[in-house]
Amino acid sequence: MPSLLEVRDLVTRFYSEGAVIHAVNGVSFSLDTGASMAIVGESGSGKSVTVMSLMRLVRFPPGRIEGGEVIFEERDLLRLSEEEMRRIRGNRIAMIFQDPMTSLNPVLSIGLQMTEGLRAHLGLGERAARDRAAEMLSLVGLPRPKERLDDYPHQFSGGQRQRIMIALALSCNPALLIADEPTTALDVTVQAQIVELIQGLREKLGMAVIWISHNLGLVAGVVDKVAVMYGGHIVEQSPVDELYEHPRHPYTLGLLKAIPKMDGRDQGRLFSIDGMPPDLRRPPESCPFAPRCIYAVDRCRQALPPLDELGAGQSVRCWRADEVAALNVAGAMR
Amino acid sequence: MTTYILRRLLVSIPILLGITVIVFFVASKMPGDAVLAMISTETPQAEDLIKLRRGQLGLDLPLYVQYGRWLWQLLQGNLGYSFQTGESVIDILLARIPATLQLMGTALLIAIVLGVAMGVVSALKQYSRTDYTFTFLGFAGISIPDFFLGMVLVYLLAIQWPLFPTSGISTAGEPYSLVDNLRHLALPALALGLVRTATFMRYTRTSVLEVMNNDYVRTARAKGLSEWLVVVRHILRNALIPVVTVIGLTLPVLFGGSVIIEMIFQWPGIGLMFIGAVTARDSPVIMGYVLFSAVMVQASNLLTDMAYSFLDPRIRYD
Repeated sequence: MPSLLEVRDLVTRFYSEGAVIHAVNGVSFSLDTGASMAIVGESGSGKSVTVMSLMRLVRFPPGRIEGGEVIFEERDLLRLSEEEMRRIRGNRIAMIFQDPMTSLNPVLSIGLQMTEGLRAHLGLGERAARDRAAEMLSLVGLPRPKERLDDYPHQFSGGQRQRIMIALALSCNPALLIADEPTTALDVTVQAQIVELIQGLREKLGMAVIWISHNLGLVAGVVDKVAVMYGGHIVEQSPVDELYEHPRHPYTLGLLKAIPKMDGRDQGRLFSIDGMPPDLRRPPESCPFAPRCIYAVDRCRQALPPLDELGAGQSVRCWRADEVAALNVAGAMR
Repeated sequence: MTTYILRRLLVSIPILLGITVIVFFVASKMPGDAVLAMISTETPQAEDLIKLRRGQLGLDLPLYVQYGRWLWQLLQGNLGYSFQTGESVIDILLARIPATLQLMGTALLIAIVLGVAMGVVSALKQYSRTDYTFTFLGFAGISIPDFFLGMVLVYLLAIQWPLFPTSGISTAGEPYSLVDNLRHLALPALALGLVRTATFMRYTRTSVLEVMNNDYVRTARAKGLSEWLVVVRHILRNALIPVVTVIGLTLPVLFGGSVIIEMIFQWPGIGLMFIGAVTARDSPVIMGYVLFSAVMVQASNLLTDMAYSFLDPRIRYD
C-alpha cells in the first residue's frame, strides 16, 4: 500500500533584501495512513517551513518552494493548480497552529469561522454546517456548543481557543492533521490535555498526524517515529523507541540530554548545547552541526554527510554515527 | 448602547454651546459690522442712518446681550434673520444644505471607494509597479491643496478638453435634469474627493499590510478559502477598523474644504453662503452655519464610535 504522504528532496528558500535564506534543504520523509510522527528541532531548524511547504502556504514573496515532490494520496501537491490545492487545504490536510490567541479572527464569530470551511469543502448549507460545527465543538469537549457558536474568540480562554482550532481543523475529516507546536503558547497543565485530545481524536477518526515540536518529551508518548531537523536538514529519523534508546546523531543526543530529569540527577543545572544555530543565509557545505559538535573531526567540517539508511526505519546524517552510538551505550546519558 | 448614545448627546450640548460662544465673540472682533457693509459712508446723513440701522438690528447692545438674545431665539427653534435679506436663517440653510450634502457625500463616496480599493490593491501587490504608481499618486494627492487641484481640473477638463461645466449646480434657465446636475457635480466633487482618496489609500495600505501578516489570515488560507473570501472577510474587515477613524476625522476637514471648493465652482451650498455672510458681517447667518457644521461634526464623531462597535465585537459601549 502506498504511503499517505511521501516527501522527497523538498527545498524551500526565502529571498529577502538580497540574501537567500536556505530554510529547507532537501527534506525527505514518508507517513502511512493513520500513522503519526514528530518533527523536532530548535527554532529556525526549518520544521515549520517544511510543513508550510506541504500545504503550499509559503507566501511568495519572500518564500518559494524550489524543488522536490510532495506526494499526497498519490498526487504531487507541488504540481497542482492553486484551485486544486485549495480543495485539499482544510479538507484533506488540516493544520493547527502555535498561538490560539492570534489564530482565530477576532472580529468574526466562532460559528462563521467554523462553517466557512465546511460550506466551501463539503458544500453544506448554513443549517447543516452549523450543526456539524456544534457537533465538532462537543467532540473537543467545549460545553454548550450550540449557544457558543455565536460568541467571538475573545470570549474564550487560550485552552478553549485551541480546542476550537482543533474542532475547526478536524471538521472536514482530514486524512492528515499537521499540528505546528499546538501547545507552546499554553499553560503546562493545559498542554498535556491538548496532546491527549489530539491523540484520542486521531485514534477515533483514523487520521495521520504530524507533530511539530521543540519538545521531545511532550510528543514521545504519542508518535510512531521522529524526524530531527537541524539547519534545514533531517539529521536523524527513527522509530520513537529506537531514537530514545539508541540515538545516533550528536544533535539528537544533545536534545535528549536537555530534557529536565525529575530525580535531580542533573543537579539543578540544565544541559544545553553550546554555540549558535547555523546562519541559513550562508549554509555550510559541510555538516551544519559540526561547529557545535563535540565529536566533530576534520571530515565533518569539509563535507555534508549523506543520510545513511540503517534499516528498521532508522536513518542518520553523520560521518561518525557508529562511533557516537558506541560512545553512548544505551541509557548512559539518562 | 442606548444609554451610551444618550450620554454622548447630553455631553455634546455644552460642547456646542462653547463653540457658539467662542465664534460669536471672535466674529464680533472682525473690523466693521453688517451696517457698515450695507451703508456707504458717502451717503448723506450716513451717521444717522448707520445709528438707526444698528439700533434696529440690535448691534448697539452689549455683546453678551446680543448673544443672550440669539441663544434665547435658538431655544425657541429660531436661528434669527439674515441682516442682508431679512430671510429666516433656517430657511436659507434648508434651501442650501442639500447642495452641500450632495457635494460632500459624492466627494466622500469617491474617496472611500477609490481610496480603499486602491489601498487594498497596493498592499496586496506590495513593491509592485502598481504599488509604486499608487504610492506616487498618493503622495501627490496628499501634497496638493484641494483648491489647487480644483483649478488644475478646471484647466484640464473644462478648458483644454471642455467636458464639464465649471460653475453652478445646473445649467441656468433649463429645467432640472439629473444628468446635467451630475455633470456640474463632477469637477467640484473630484477636487474635494481626490485629495481625501490619497489619504484613505495610504491608511488602507498600511492597515492591510499589518493585518495581512496576522496568524488568523494564515488560518483562513489553511482552511482552503478562496483568495477573495480571505481578502474581503478576513483581511478587509479587520483592516477597515483604523480606516473608519480616519474617515470620521475627515468629515470636519471636508466641511472646511467644501467652503473653498463651493466658492471656486460657485456651488450654491452653505459654504458659498458662509463666505458671503462673512464678507457682509451677517452674524445670524454665520452663527447658523457654525451651529450646523458643529452639529454635523459631533454627529460624525458619534457615528464613528458606533461604527467601531459594529466592526469590532471586542468594543462594547454600556
